[in-house]
Amino acid sequence: MPASRFTPSPLSRRLAGISLVLALAMPLSGCGYNDFQRLDEATKASWSEVLNQYQRRADLIPNIVATVKGEANFEQETLTKVIEARSKATSIQATPELINDPEAFHKFQQAQGELSGALSRLLVVTENYPNLKANQGFQDLRIQLEGTENRITVARNRYIESVQSYNVLARSFPTNLTAMVFSYKPKASFTVQNEAQISAPPTVDFGNK
Amino acid sequence: MHALLRWPPRRPLVTLAGLLLGLAFSLTLGWVPAAWAQANTATGPGGVLAVPALSARVIDQTGTLTPEQLRALSDKLQALETQRGSQVVILMVPSTQPEDIAAYGQRVGDTWKIGRREVGDGLLVIVALQDRRMRIEVAKTLEGAIPDLMASRIIERTLKPAFQAGAYADGLSAAIDQIDQLIAGEDLPEPSADRDRSEEVAPKDVLVFGLMSVPFLFGVLSKVLGRKASALGTGLIGGGLTWWLTASLLLGLIAAVLAVVLALALGTGGGGRGGRGGSWGGGGFGRGGFGGGGGFSSGGGGNFGGGGASGRW
Repeated sequence: MPASRFTPSPLSRRLAGISLVLALAMPLSGCGYNDFQRLDEATKASWSEVLNQYQRRADLIPNIVATVKGEANFEQETLTKVIEARSKATSIQATPELINDPEAFHKFQQAQGELSGALSRLLVVTENYPNLKANQGFQDLRIQLEGTENRITVARNRYIESVQSYNVLARSFPTNLTAMVFSYKPKASFTVQNEAQISAPPTVDFGNK
Repeated sequence: MHALLRWPPRRPLVTLAGLLLGLAFSLTLGWVPAAWAQANTATGPGGVLAVPALSARVIDQTGTLTPEQLRALSDKLQALETQRGSQVVILMVPSTQPEDIAAYGQRVGDTWKIGRREVGDGLLVIVALQDRRMRIEVAKTLEGAIPDLMASRIIERTLKPAFQAGAYADGLSAAIDQIDQLIAGEDLPEPSADRDRSEEVAPKDVLVFGLMSVPFLFGVLSKVLGRKASALGTGLIGGGLTWWLTASLLLGLIAAVLAVVLALALGTGGGGRGGRGGSWGGGGFGRGGFGGGGGFSSGGGGNFGGGGASGRW
């Protein structure tokens, strides 16, 4: 055998020992490849749930708009804003691939955020219309909308969590090497749209009403 | 094999590299027990109300309900679970401020995960007494039986009038009846007599981990220590790890002894891997169950996705 031309030194034996140990440990520890697949699927699934709930909200809005329109002399401006925000939000093609494109993701998020804002203003304004408050159909739609907003919050939180575990895997050693080899990028997550507004304390004014 | 066990090591650098690699790989193994990862979720950060331990079907932190009322409601919920299989829990807290009751209910649902493991049919009724807010939190499985509208009707037509009159127990009791009827209308799997609730870490994982790491640990240690010393070291580390993972000192000691035996067998016999090092950790370990409360524990299957409704009185 050609290998017997030199006698193995203790160093090479030790190296052989180490590599044996590595070979044994590799399948156990893994290079994180399977974890990437698992977490990638998890983020996709939780993102689909977010889209699902956004879709549910978009489906509810026409009914709400129709009911509110029936109310005589309803504030047209608030209503128009909701309709515009909805068409803007639904015009963006919401695909699962959106999460790998930070810019499109941001745009989508902004559109949905605007719709959330317009809707909550609408619901506040309807409080001033006794007919709407007494309208059972409208109240039912309102409950459904509230439930959907709740589900959106939950779905978003779950998406944030799944992206977090994916991104931790993509950035920490040694799985970041796997991410580098397969060019897995950290995924985009939700940010608050109006950070400055939220961090400012609300002004309460009792005198002007 | 004997070349690996020499002391003092001929190449200190190689030994050092081996040790570092060993450290890197034991880190890569990433053995963080689930219980440890969960420890942080029980209490919310930043001054929000902590989720209480699931000790009974009716948990009253406000002292509003009398012991008789507590028992009556609890019996009712138990009957519901026996008959339908679904788990319903009532939680009364003084206040969830500054958190919204929906967000708090979501956290409670995520923590308790009530509902059968395979079915996930759980439901939470939460009352925040000082906030005058209540919420029915519905797990996804039951969202068909109890949609948001029905949850809202129960709140508006049953709970609200009763709570306004101060008849908390009556209102809750009537609400349970309605929930029971709605669940009865849903085609859920029959409740089974004996539920398998144990949440065990698969003994197989522990076994494989033990079998793999003992020779590895021993190999690394034996580069710097003598045979007996490294066997002892392997035992110490293995025992300590088992103790940490299972929180059982006895299992840790057993694992330590087994690891020493296995390591010694490896050191002398070369291929002597016949040692029973595999019985590390024994027969699996359950996550600490919820004690008390008449043997009630969460089925662990409830997935709460924000369904249900909130109301005020």
